[in-house]
Amino acid sequence: MKRFLLASAFFAVLLLLWEAAFRAKLWSPVLLPSPWQVASYLKNAALDGTLAKATVITMRRLLIGYFIGLVVGLPLGLLTARWKLFGDTIGTMALGLQTLPSVCWVPLALLWFGQTEAAMLFVVVMGTLWSVVIATETGVRNVPPIYRRAALTMGSKRLHMWFKVILPAALPFIVSGMKQGWAFAWRSLMAAEIFVTILTGFGLGQLLHYGRELSAMDQVIAIMLVIVVIGLLADKIFFSPIERFLHHRWGTSQA
Amino acid sequence: MPRAARLHSSVSEELEVIAPSKLAIENVSKSFQSASGTVLALDRVSLDVAEGEFVCLVGASGCGKSTLLNIIAGLEKPDSGTLRADGKPVTGPGRERLVMFQEPALFPWLDVFGNILFGLKLKPNLTRSDRRDVAKYYLELVGLSRFEHANIHELSGGMKQRVSLARALAPNPRVLLMDEPFAALDALTREQLYGDIQEIWEARRKTIVFVTHNVREAACLGDRVLLFSPHPGRIHEEFPVKLPRPRDINSVDLAAYATRITKALKSLGQTAAG
Ligand SMILES: Nc1ncnc2c1ncn2[C@@H]1O[C@H](COP(=O)(O)OP(=O)(O)O)[C@@H](O)[C@H]1O
Ligand SMILES: [Mg+2]
Repeated sequence: MKRFLLASAFFAVLLLLWEAAFRAKLWSPVLLPSPWQVASYLKNAALDGTLAKATVITMRRLLIGYFIGLVVGLPLGLLTARWKLFGDTIGTMALGLQTLPSVCWVPLALLWFGQTEAAMLFVVVMGTLWSVVIATETGVRNVPPIYRRAALTMGSKRLHMWFKVILPAALPFIVSGMKQGWAFAWRSLMAAEIFVTILTGFGLGQLLHYGRELSAMDQVIAIMLVIVVIGLLADKIFFSPIERFLHHRWGTSQA
Repeated sequence: MPRAARLHSSVSEELEVIAPSKLAIENVSKSFQSASGTVLALDRVSLDVAEGEFVCLVGASGCGKSTLLNIIAGLEKPDSGTLRADGKPVTGPGRERLVMFQEPALFPWLDVFGNILFGLKLKPNLTRSDRRDVAKYYLELVGLSRFEHANIHELSGGMKQRVSLARALAPNPRVLLMDEPFAALDALTREQLYGDIQEIWEARRKTIVFVTHNVREAACLGDRVLLFSPHPGRIHEEFPVKLPRPRDINSVDLAAYATRITKALKSLGQTAAG
């Protein structure tokens, strides 16, 4: 409770400073709107459905792309950990491509797919995939051999070994890879939406872009806030519970 | 057996005390390649273990005790020589011969109950509720019923070893292989476990091969103590321990055995050093 109050006080002070800066006319009102203007943009956008529509479009791209990244990345990671041939080829490639900031996929996606949904998905998948491959591979390689041996004596083999021993043992690594993949995917999707206007859907990034075109600073700041909140929510709703479970089970200290 | 009577028939069948195995190890050799060359971990080791016998292997570290245990478990293949359990050659790991490892080998992604269930789930012909009853029985046997849903990291060292023991016992193996299971525990916990393991051995009738570098522990638990000599690993000398059970680790009779074995161990060290 005390923590909650302190945190609330912090954000209240932040808002007050913002309002004060606006009143003091430190910057032109075009560059720095008041919190009220931002709030009223949010209210209108929420009421006329702009916001919901853009959020749905963005989230759909993100979730589908992320899901594809996971579904492809996990097995690839297992293969690279299991067979040298895959490790030397796909593993090395993943390591290289993971260092590539995922925004860098945007130009290529545009040339290959044009102004389409496919381009958006491609960018998100590339953002997710390599992190997941590498985390899965690292996780599997770090499974203490003693777990395999213990399971072997109890009669575990092949698929049972993979699903009941190796994957669960690698879970902490895999989850942190999933989290990193999510962050990369989210960043690269925003970049793609800001750079690319496509007719099939108007996402949050595009709203941000048009805010700039129209010099509508209240829109720009409001959309940025929405993007921040979505990122926070994803963390709190999806990743935090998984991480809490892992900390609880494994007994690792809460990071 | 009031508890057994209450249980479902397939469960009491599963919990039946079954005949322990006879082990026949003949001329087993095993070498490893390492950075500093080839290490002969075992050199033509032969050993017969009778049904239900408790055999302890002692020796300095690095003399091949774990290697022999892993070979009996089927986790390592000998370079030469044969290994039979009840007359049948051992070709790989199997739940007839279960291991309590030297390192912590409990699965941290499962709770205590999940760990004990792991081997049971791999046994055919057991229903879900059978498995749960069997797991509960062994949890009670090692005295941890209250910790059914504890996470592994929440347990003390001694409790972890009890869970390991329950996990190894649950699939009802004929042979139990224990690799320095109590080495990392404090003296008090260890003494308690010496009592418990003897009790469980009597109740469940297993053939046990027990590795330790603690001579007193070996004399306390074993029907026979085998002294290993290092480089190359061989069985150097055999000490039958003829004391009534249950044995107390602090008894004077036991100390006499321990002194004899220690003397032999020390003279080995001197010849190795010289
Ligand atoms: N997997 C392995 N690879 C290389 N050397 C090994 C391996 N396992 C055991 N050794 C070597 O074999 C010898 C016997 O080891 P081990 O059976 O573990 O001894 P102990 O259990 O008696 O301490 C040691 O010298 C050890 O270094
Ligand atoms: Mg050892």
